[in-house]
Amino acid sequence: MREVKVLGMGCAKCEKLFENVKRAAEEAGVDIALEKVTDINRIMGFGVAMTPALVVDGEVKAAGRVLSVEQIKELLTKEG
Amino acid sequence: MEWRREWKALVILAGVFAGCFFLPVESERFRKGVFESLALVRWYAREHVVLCLVPAFFIAGAISVFVSKESVMRYLGAQAKKVVSYGVASVSGSVLAVCSCTVLPLFAGIYRMGAGLGPACAFLYSGPAINVLAIILTARVLGLELGIARAVGAVSFSIVIGLLMHAIFRKEELAKAEAQVGMGQVEVVRPLWQNALYFASMVAVLVFANWGRPQHQGGLWAAIYAAKWWITAFSAVGFGVALVLWFKVKWWQVFGVGLAVAVCALLLPQYPMLAFIVGIVGLVVITSRRNDEVGEWLEESWGFAKQILPLLFAGVLVAGFLLGRSGEEGVLPSRWVTAAVGGNSLAANLFAAVAGAFMYFATLTEVPILQGLIGSGMGKGPALALLLAGPALSLPNMLVIRSIMGTKKTLVFVALVVVMATIAGKIYGAIFG
Repeated sequence: MREVKVLGMGCAKCEKLFENVKRAAEEAGVDIALEKVTDINRIMGFGVAMTPALVVDGEVKAAGRVLSVEQIKELLTKEG
Repeated sequence: MEWRREWKALVILAGVFAGCFFLPVESERFRKGVFESLALVRWYAREHVVLCLVPAFFIAGAISVFVSKESVMRYLGAQAKKVVSYGVASVSGSVLAVCSCTVLPLFAGIYRMGAGLGPACAFLYSGPAINVLAIILTARVLGLELGIARAVGAVSFSIVIGLLMHAIFRKEELAKAEAQVGMGQVEVVRPLWQNALYFASMVAVLVFANWGRPQHQGGLWAAIYAAKWWITAFSAVGFGVALVLWFKVKWWQVFGVGLAVAVCALLLPQYPMLAFIVGIVGLVVITSRRNDEVGEWLEESWGFAKQILPLLFAGVLVAGFLLGRSGEEGVLPSRWVTAAVGGNSLAANLFAAVAGAFMYFATLTEVPILQGLIGSGMGKGPALALLLAGPALSLPNMLVIRSIMGTKKTLVFVALVVVMATIAGKIYGAIFG
């Protein structure tokens, strides 16, 4: 079970990243706990200034861009 | 029925019903408003979409893919020199704030983890006004003068506001969090000058394709106007060469599209828009089949188009309905507008600044709304005041700002923005009004 968070205040790109994560987890068959973080103070808590950002198991993997489904799959299947 | 959950939907539906029930379809003013609304939408569709907005989306997309945001953020970190960070904060909106949804997180990031309150406020104020789409559309629709005044005003006043905020709250500079603004390693894919030429060629296409007919015969402007399609074509060729040489696009693909554009342009020279559309379709076809950064560029551009066009469409409809095209009257009588924000009095400027600060403008919709207001008799000074106070602030984003830096600082910031916008409007109105 991997803990995945998508950080973003609800703009179009953040939604896209959220969708991509869902699809990636499904296609890779990885069990994830997915959460959407929209509170700006919590987002800052991750040390991220550019949204959307992706956090896997508490570690910031990407900020300011939408990762593709393929890229996320790779992140999810790697041993954390 | 679960009233607790359903009452909102009921209120909305009932409201819409009541609105339809009493719709004043016969009223002359209402009909005129509807007519103006549609006429304005058509004018935008004909004049601004293909030649101006579409290339602008590609440029904005290119900025968000090819310009390294990390390299800009480095100057806004906690260790950066103060002078540098103010300067960078005031202009970086043109690169960092291409999407309105990135402004607030960046602001919070600069404040909490980076250069601090002053530069953060400078960024927050100038960002929305100098993002590349806003400058292009303002200059195109409202005139070059106001476009430049908007950019210059936003940049210079943002520094003043930032410095004032810093001076007022000097004592409570907060302890910086350990975490630095996330800065990944910057990968240098290609030298700066190649990127610069690539951007320059794109901007040249945009600028020259939209070159307006000058009012006077003769002179440099008229000469450029006469040759504008040749210059545009030349820039486009340069752009194609850049794609082949530095972005690994296959030469025969670019050549094929170029050929198709040339054929259209030579066969139907009276419809330059057709050649332009062929070129854009060709570019989309080439880039859509790639998975590298060029493909990403198209995705970003498309993202902007999807996000902004519907908002702009709605904004134009509403502005047309309420205010009409320039010289025409919509549902609101022009004399109301003239009474509130006509001329260049202090009251008019202040009113425009306050109204702008609280009103919410979706991305770029400030342009058609302002166009309507100017057409109905708004003075040039108040127009600038509204442009400077408007997109930087709105009631919803004040609430977010408050959650980041507290009530007191937010109030001071809002007050400063309103005052500065008023002053800027007053000065601009006195010079150009």
